[in-house]
Amino acid sequence: MKHSLAVDLNGLRFAHPVLAASGCLATGHDVPGLVDLHKLGGVVSRSLTLAPLKGAPTPRSAETPSGLLSAVGLQNPGVEAFVEHDLPRLQKAGVPVVGSVAGSGLEEFIRVAQILHRQPGVVALEVYLSSPDQERGGEPVYARLDRILEIVGAIARLSSIPVFAKFPPLVPDLVGTARACVRAGAFGLTLVDAMPGLGVDAARLRPKTAIPVAGMSGPALKPLALAAVYQVTRAMPDVPVMGVGGISNGTDAVEFLLAGAWAVQVGTALLVNPAAPVEIARGILDYLREKGVGSPAELRGRLRVRGEQG
Amino acid sequence: MRRVRAEVLNTRRLGAYHSITLVAPEVAERVRPGQFVSIAMPEGRAFLLRRHFSIHQSSRRGGWAGTLEFVFDPKGPGTGWLAEVKAHQFLDVIGPLGKAFAYPAKLNACLLVSEGHGSAPIFFLAQELRARGKRVDMVVGAEDLEHVFKPIEGKRLSQTIAIMTADGSLGERGSVLDVLPQAVEQSGAQVIYAAARRSTLRSIAEFCTERQIPAQMAIEEHMACGIGLCFTCTVPVIRKDGSGYDNLRACTDGPVFNPARILWDRWMGDEPKMTPTPPEGFPVVRSWPG
Repeated sequence: MKHSLAVDLNGLRFAHPVLAASGCLATGHDVPGLVDLHKLGGVVSRSLTLAPLKGAPTPRSAETPSGLLSAVGLQNPGVEAFVEHDLPRLQKAGVPVVGSVAGSGLEEFIRVAQILHRQPGVVALEVYLSSPDQERGGEPVYARLDRILEIVGAIARLSSIPVFAKFPPLVPDLVGTARACVRAGAFGLTLVDAMPGLGVDAARLRPKTAIPVAGMSGPALKPLALAAVYQVTRAMPDVPVMGVGGISNGTDAVEFLLAGAWAVQVGTALLVNPAAPVEIARGILDYLREKGVGSPAELRGRLRVRGEQG
Repeated sequence: MRRVRAEVLNTRRLGAYHSITLVAPEVAERVRPGQFVSIAMPEGRAFLLRRHFSIHQSSRRGGWAGTLEFVFDPKGPGTGWLAEVKAHQFLDVIGPLGKAFAYPAKLNACLLVSEGHGSAPIFFLAQELRARGKRVDMVVGAEDLEHVFKPIEGKRLSQTIAIMTADGSLGERGSVLDVLPQAVEQSGAQVIYAAARRSTLRSIAEFCTERQIPAQMAIEEHMACGIGLCFTCTVPVIRKDGSGYDNLRACTDGPVFNPARILWDRWMGDEPKMTPTPPEGFPVVRSWPG
């Protein structure tokens, strides 16, 4: 039997289903040599804004059991500098790029997407809905469904490439929100984004990060992410979902595929092991061989749930 | 930067600190003072992130060729496990990382100031400066005798050395800042290097600016990855052309910086500024946060 890791997300193709998640792979020109860019399934860029952002004060990170709290505050060179200085290195490596679009309001989201969607090498956009919405008092975009739809809808209308919506599993009706994003024009979903987390330094009576409520990522997030992927893909089996949250090895990735993911993204694990995505892809291949399954797509949603057929 | 599986050659206690020597020729060959290595924690541990340590020693020649040594405080976060590591175990090591101290081309007299385990990279630097024919004087500080890193080695490496402890258990009672002006005058220092607590570094930076002495400092900031991926260890550094500042990553653009270019106020935020040590010693006064 011939085994292939290639995946096809309704026409969006990757050589293997393991991408580097947003914000965990430097910016582009500065990716360290330890990461084999050309061996990645794809790269999701840092979340990009229109103007360069200096980000949050330090400390920006703290550890928590099985997780990482980070509050970088969207530090990024701005979309134009990214296109000029960072994208070429990724293009040269031949790795497909998913451009992560951030913004402080509707207009900025649109303008960033307008620049990114027509760049060679950028194969899809991912809308970062945890961006603080300055037009709504700084609350995250995902806090209001009308705002999510407004932004996702506007980007989907202008974009010539597939658009994924990314949010944490915090919205009141996860499946309903996912469905609404798709109706607004999203091609797929990236589930899940980091969850809000607070680290407290009791000795100093201070939060552990300068922005007190940080994003929690890492293995602690995995069951939440799996549940989100499972619920959404059960409800909409034809909509591509990229699973992300605490994937550290091949088994974790296979779990996401079985739960319904079409591809996966690796974030925190990359910070610890720069070879993680390549090792995870190899782990998926080993699993396919062991189970006699031809491709990752055949694993999708194959979770055997009691009382269900198949 | 290389990633290797490196064998532990030996481990030893140095006062309050622990030292590990690794066999890692690919890394050791390239290492310069100020650079650091990143060590992975064992799998299955609740704390995931790699730990980062300044390099204390690397040997390119002789019987110890291809080895490098780093020093840590076993009470630090996640370093308890490392203190239990034994010879012949293997560690997942990435290095060398970061920018090293630069050596002065023409200036000769170097004053090296360090506190606690900051002495580990500083002693490595002293050795390299000496090998380049520079004059090296040192000011070494710590809380107490146990935390003074290798005082005898310090004496051997330097023309003169002032040892300062907060409780007076070794050398003079006080902080490195107390003897800094005197040390500069006596040694005729033309360049200052430092590795110490942030508040101490800031005071040394102010001193250097006032006296117009060029300086280089190895700073510490929370690092999640250590290899430039995550942007969590940033330091606000003024651009060379003065057109503004950038939040630079301490892991790739540092950890050695020119202190005159660091925006200390911005970087340290609301951390209380250290007051000068009174002559009677350190009453440990902590300002109440909030």
